[in-house]
Formats: sequence, C-alpha cells, structure tokens
Amino acid sequence: MYQYTDFDRQFIKSRAAQHRDQLERNLNGELSDDEFRPLRLQNGWYVQRYAPMLRVAVPYGELASRQLRVLATIARDYDQPSADVYQHACNTQAELGTPHLPVGCGHFTTRQNVQFNWIPLAKSADVMDLLATVDLHGIQTSGACIRNITSDALAGIAPDEAIDPRPYAEIMRQWSTLHPEFAFLPRKFKIAITGAEEDRAAIAWHDVGLRLLKNAAGEIGFKVLVGGGMGRTPVIASTLREFLPWAQTLNYLEAVVRVYNRFGRRDNLYKARIKILVKAEGQRFIDEVETEFQSIVQHDGGQHTIPQAEFDRVAACFKAPAQAKSAQAATNNVATEVPAQEAAAYQRWLAQNVQAHKNPALRAVTLSFKRLGFAPGDATADQLDAAADLAERFSAGEVRVTHEQNLLLPWVHASDLPALWQAARSLGVARANIGLLTDMITCPGGDFCALANARSIPLAQAVTERYQDLDELFDIGPVDLHISGCMNSCGHHHTGHIGILGVDKDGREWYQVSLGGSDGSTLSGDPVPGKVIGPSFAASEVTDVVEALLDTYRAQRQPQEAFIHCVKRLGLEPFKQAANAVRHETGDAGKVLHVHLPQANTMTD
Amino acid sequence: MPNTLKLIAASAYKSIAADQNTLKISNDADVSTVAWQGVDCIELHFPKFTDGRAFSQAYLLRRRLGFTGDIRATGDVLVDQLLQMQRSGFSSAVLRADQNLAHAQRQLAHFASFYQGDAAHPQALFSSPGATA
Repeated sequence: MYQYTDFDRQFIKSRAAQHRDQLERNLNGELSDDEFRPLRLQNGWYVQRYAPMLRVAVPYGELASRQLRVLATIARDYDQPSADVYQHACNTQAELGTPHLPVGCGHFTTRQNVQFNWIPLAKSADVMDLLATVDLHGIQTSGACIRNITSDALAGIAPDEAIDPRPYAEIMRQWSTLHPEFAFLPRKFKIAITGAEEDRAAIAWHDVGLRLLKNAAGEIGFKVLVGGGMGRTPVIASTLREFLPWAQTLNYLEAVVRVYNRFGRRDNLYKARIKILVKAEGQRFIDEVETEFQSIVQHDGGQHTIPQAEFDRVAACFKAPAQAKSAQAATNNVATEVPAQEAAAYQRWLAQNVQAHKNPALRAVTLSFKRLGFAPGDATADQLDAAADLAERFSAGEVRVTHEQNLLLPWVHASDLPALWQAARSLGVARANIGLLTDMITCPGGDFCALANARSIPLAQAVTERYQDLDELFDIGPVDLHISGCMNSCGHHHTGHIGILGVDKDGREWYQVSLGGSDGSTLSGDPVPGKVIGPSFAASEVTDVVEALLDTYRAQRQPQEAFIHCVKRLGLEPFKQAANAVRHETGDAGKVLHVHLPQANTMTD
Repeated sequence: MPNTLKLIAASAYKSIAADQNTLKISNDADVSTVAWQGVDCIELHFPKFTDGRAFSQAYLLRRRLGFTGDIRATGDVLVDQLLQMQRSGFSSAVLRADQNLAHAQRQLAHFASFYQGDAAHPQALFSSPGATA
C-alpha cells in the first residue's frame, strides 16, 4: 500500500482544518448553504433525503486494517441519526413499504469508496479529523472536479496483469488533489485505470479510461480512452491515444481536463459531461487535446513529467508485503482441514469466492457483503472491525473495496483458506455467491438518496430472498444484476446483464428492465449498454420478471452457455415475451406505462 | 504558502480600476488571441463562483503567454476560492461586497504547499528536492 509521508499527513490535516473553518462559518450563518455546498461536496459531504451522507475516499480501493477500524468507529459512533431524524425517516419510508432503515453501517460503493448515511453535518469536522488520523479523507469524492481514481480490485496481484497500475494511480491521485485550475469543471470527472488483460475496472465507462501496456519497443505507457459515461446518455469511451508514454500521464491529463474546462458545456447540466463534448466535436476534440499537450510539454516545460525517481519512490510502497513473500508452500490438500460434511460447501466457496494470484502460493479471497438481511455492500461497525481482524490475520493487514461492493483480501496463503473460510462463515460473509445473481450491484436508492425516483434496496432484498438456494444460483451461473434508483446510474444498470432502472410516475415506483449490458469484462464482452425490453414494470412485478428472464435462459440455453451469451444469441424477443407474461399489475390492468422518464429529475452532485 | 494575492474590497474597486489601463476578458474568450500589449491589468470574470473557466485563462496568461501585469478576478469572488485564484496566476481579486476580508486572509493560509505545480510555483512537489520526504 501507499505509505503516507509527513507531507501527505499534514496535507489532509490541513484539509480537515479547512473544512472545520467552512463548517463553522456555515453554522454561524456567514457562509450560505448554497456557497458551502460545492465546498463540502469536495470533501465528500452530501445532503440526502433525511440526513447527510459522507463518502470517504479509498484511492483505487486499498484499505489497511487500521483504517477499517476507524471506519468501524465512525459507523458505530457517528452513523447515528438523532431520534427525530430517524423517526421521521422510518415513518416516511414505511409508507413506501420499507420496514427498516439500517444505521451504524458503512457502505461499499461501485467506485471503491465507503459511504455513511446518517452522520449529522455538525459532526462532520470531527469525523474528518478522525479520518485524518489514519490517512483517510473525503477529498474530491464528489463535486465537479477530478474524482477519486478507481482501478481493478486485483491490481498488483492478478495473474493476467502485466503492469501494476497502483503507482500510476497514486501519482495521479496526488496530482489531481486540490488542483487549483480544475476544482470547478463543468461536471464531475472520473478516471479508471487497469494494467490487466481483462478489464475489471470498466474503463470504457469513465471520463478517462487508462489501460497500461507496452509498445513494440517494450516501453510502458497507456492507451487513453475518453468520453465514456452512464447517466441519461450512456456512451462508450473512444480512443484518444493508442500509446502515451507513462512519464507524460500528468501532462496529458492536464491537456484533456483543460480542454474540457474550457469547452465543456455549462448551460445544460445534462450535457456537461466530457462525453457530450467528445461526441459533439469528435476529431476536433482530439486535435485540441494534442495541441494543448504539445504546448504543455514544449512551451510550459512539461513540469509534470513524472521523474523516474518519483515513480520508484511511489512504486516501492506497492511491493508485495513481507508476510505474503514468506510464503508457505502451497498445499494441494487444503480441503482436508474441512470436515467431510462441509466439504461441498467449502468447495463452492473456493470455486466462487477465491481467485488465483500472481504468487502461486497466494489467493485473492472475496468476502461477500451480499446476504440476506443487509443492503448490498453494507457492513455494520462490528463487521468492519471483524474484517480488519481477518485482514490482519490472513492478508497482511490489507483489504480492497471492489467495484461490485464487496471486500477482497489480497494476500491470503492457500494453506490458510480453510481457516479463513470458517472465520468468514461465522461472520456471515462467506456466502459463495461472488459473480452470481445475488452478488448484485445496487445503489442506495429511494430509501436514502434525494435524487432517486424509486427504491433499489427492497428490490435487491426481494431477489436475494427468492434466490437463497445455492444449487439454483450455481445452476444459473454468472449473471450481472445491476439496480439503479434513477437515471444517474449509480447502480450501473446500463452494464447489467439484467439492468433495472427505477422511474417515477404519478408518485409511484416503476422499473424499466434492460438486457445484455456489458461493463467490458471477459465474460460480458465489449462494453455496451443494455437494451430496454419494454414498458416499465410495477415494483411488485420485478422479482417475477427477473425469474422469468432466468427461466427463459434455463429453458433455452446451450451446454455451458452463460446467461449473457444466451441473451446475445437469442436476442431480446423470447425474454421480452417471458417478462410480459408476468405483468399481473401493469398487464392485466391494461395500464402499461411510458417507456421511461425523459430524464432524471435531478442530477447527481 | 505566502499570500501574494492583493485583496480589494468591493467598495475600493472603482478608484483602483480608474488608475489602470485595464482589459476585461469574458470567461469564454481564447486568451491566446487577446492583444494585451500595453495593458496594466487584465480582468477575468467569474459569473458564478462555480464556473471555473477563468482559472484556466489566468494560468495560460501567466504561464504560457507571459503576461506579467496584474491579473484580477472580478464577479462572484468569494473568500473560499481565493487560494485557487492565487495559485492559478491571479494577482488581485475584487471580493464580492458581502465577503469578510479577515476570513479571506485565513483561507489563504491553510496549506503549506501542494502536490502539483501551479502558476505561482511551476514545479510539482516531486521536483522540489526533499519536499516529499
């Protein structure tokens, strides 16, 4: 992991002090809410439906045990609404049908960050101070700026990875942090980076996607993609550069963001993302970036050309931990420690939740935070503490937050797998469903988010309840089910093999279902948004629709054919028919609704 | 970092502006095509404090185009953006009338230094010997 220097540490303390100053001026009336808002957003403080939300930055998803423990403390001591706030929230959501709103939890996000839903804003400065004690902060996790950078959860350990992206990600993090010129861009700006063969970071769906590679001469650099994004207008990023020498990364990003800052639309928030600029200008955008890049390098002296010494300093932090290097010999009979009657369950867990590692003696193990009774990606304070213990005991004190809203232990000895399985099972995070239907991506939705058109978590829970049988889940095989509560697409419905989008009509929740989306993974194929299969469904129908889609697949699949491949082979029609057949509310009543709202009501911050 | 930004109260702005040969540039103008020879001061405008285009304009004028005169921020200039202005190449700022000058000074003093180079200090932290140790 990156090791904070004294400078880094002092910097985030200064940032926390700056936030306290702003908060105090806001609370005493000297800084208006409207003028405080963009400032607090850039420290991760939103205001949601009932309470503020804090998004803590987890650069490229890496967390240490000591950091997890502080996140646990925040969940326990601060993620607690006042009685009034909580009562009001519970009463209101109960009317919609949500029986319970969890408090005291951390929540893992698709951008590898950690969120809290209930911290009173007045306590935000104390929380920032507490975070700073373990090198954490919320810098640029929101706002119209360069956001926290995401990567492959298997960065640095994946067998299919040629070049570790983490040092580059860290250097970009530092460069983008409080960049004076780029704090008020037209809209948010998200960067994702991968160094592996398989794209597990959905880079084509980002404002800038970076793929590390070597050119013919064996030099390291990036393929640069630009202009991907979800939202109301899903766009797959286009190639901006086939090869950018790594040392030029920051100079080149400066050019991209400067051109965007100048030409990105500011008259219409729905058209303000760089994807719209790239689509509108095409080659002119590319020319403009290249010209600016040349000026930065040739005229301005390329001040942010990355020196080898700086790369080496940062890269040294990402060497495999000593604990992982002192590998015990990998054993072939790891299952023997598991009692015979549990062997089948253990084997399932090995097959689904354990992945190969660059080091043959090690494994990457995913703890499943997709289980009955919890919102997808939620962890209680005790579970966060317990995860910290597991990381210390089994993974050199390190975890990764995954894009799929789980935790991954990156440095597990193969010989420790039985013990880890037992420990994870007793915590309830060993469900062998990683990559399967119930390992779904879900946004907080209308139970928390002020922007949502509909609730997401109750749908996720309904699907989880219906698909509790692991035999059935294994029979269905890998399925990406992604649920968003509105067009802002935080639940990545566009990339779901099955995508569900909440829409609002006449004060009721409706859900649009799409099929065949891909984030760009090997299984899912070239990145593409899913296609809507028809008019929206009533909330009461959605679980039946999911079941109908899966039953159609099971009836018509070929041997070894995954759901997504079956959808591509058969096309939408048979699935559409099956889905329409379960329209007991929208169908029978003859009140088939609009296809979708023309736009989400409000934009994300 | 040292405070080099000259802060101008809204009430004092008129008398100061009258003394200078000032060029006003809108925030969608291409600064590389602007003729500024003989100009003492270039005013860059913030229609809203969340419109960040003038930061890039200031940076380019200062770093790329070599303008050495006064670069002044006008419009929706709030104390919380002054630090960015100073770092982007502004040398003076006319505060919106309701802004508190005492707060302004404090906002410029929160950080000792920064990661990336800027108009005031072109070198990044990683090119400043010993700074990251």
